[in-house]
Amino acid sequence: MDALLPSLLFYAFAGVILGSAAFTAFARDIVHAAFSLLFTFFGLACLYLYLGADFVGLSQVVIYVGGILVLLLFGVMFTGHQTQETEKRTVNFYWGLALIALLGAGMVPALLKAPWAVKSAAELPEAKSTISSIATLLMTDYLLPFEIASLLLLMALIGAVVIARGETKTDEGESPETSA
Amino acid sequence: MIGLYHFLILSGVLFSLGVLGVLLRRNALVVLMAVELMLNAANLAVVAFVRYPMFGDGGIVNAQDYAAMTNGMTLVFLVMTVAAAEVGVGLAIVINLYRQKKSVNIEEANALKG
Repeated sequence: MDALLPSLLFYAFAGVILGSAAFTAFARDIVHAAFSLLFTFFGLACLYLYLGADFVGLSQVVIYVGGILVLLLFGVMFTGHQTQETEKRTVNFYWGLALIALLGAGMVPALLKAPWAVKSAAELPEAKSTISSIATLLMTDYLLPFEIASLLLLMALIGAVVIARGETKTDEGESPETSA
Repeated sequence: MIGLYHFLILSGVLFSLGVLGVLLRRNALVVLMAVELMLNAANLAVVAFVRYPMFGDGGIVNAQDYAAMTNGMTLVFLVMTVAAAEVGVGLAIVINLYRQKKSVNIEEANALKG
């Protein structure tokens, strides 16, 4: 009974994640795809909590659901609700399936045969709050990656503004790339 | 009992769904969503490896080692940062594409095709 509940929880979350991810990848309606992505993100957050990664799970909700998904929905609304007529499903279908079959045939045996020195569940360490150790690591050992990440965000911010800015207000001389 | 392999296989299937979405769909926004699926699959594998430690052979992991294992979680945050930056710039590109072509079908973005 002790081992049953975690297994059931895992399979429930895995089912939610895979079902909604498949719906995202194949849904005809882009709004439905975006909303089913919500369930994928929440399911993954639950699995992170299941794995004892509390701060990662919370960040998953805040960043993916609160940020990225809202951004994607913004894009969906901005570009209008045009879906069905632009989809030609069969273009790459068989090639894509063949590639995925190849990927799976390579990846799953590799995963299963790799000599991970996996510990059994009984000797796993007690899951504790990871927030303070993550904070310490980010401010000490991983300060440089942390700063690079902030630089990347700044570049993405500026780049997104430059790319998405309307070209109606710019002069011709200021933006030679638009005159081509 | 749920172990590392369960999470790795789940992550692999999720990644494959993302690849399928990128390959099969013609809507640029759905392609962005499928890329997010792939990044999430990678994150899940990282967190699973953090939880099910592989170093050493036998022996119970003490609390100090567990603190060291949160190393892996910082990688997850970097991936999330990259995902946020990617979707921001990607959305800007999609909006620009829509402005030019009045469509988000990636088949129409063929101006550079030889």
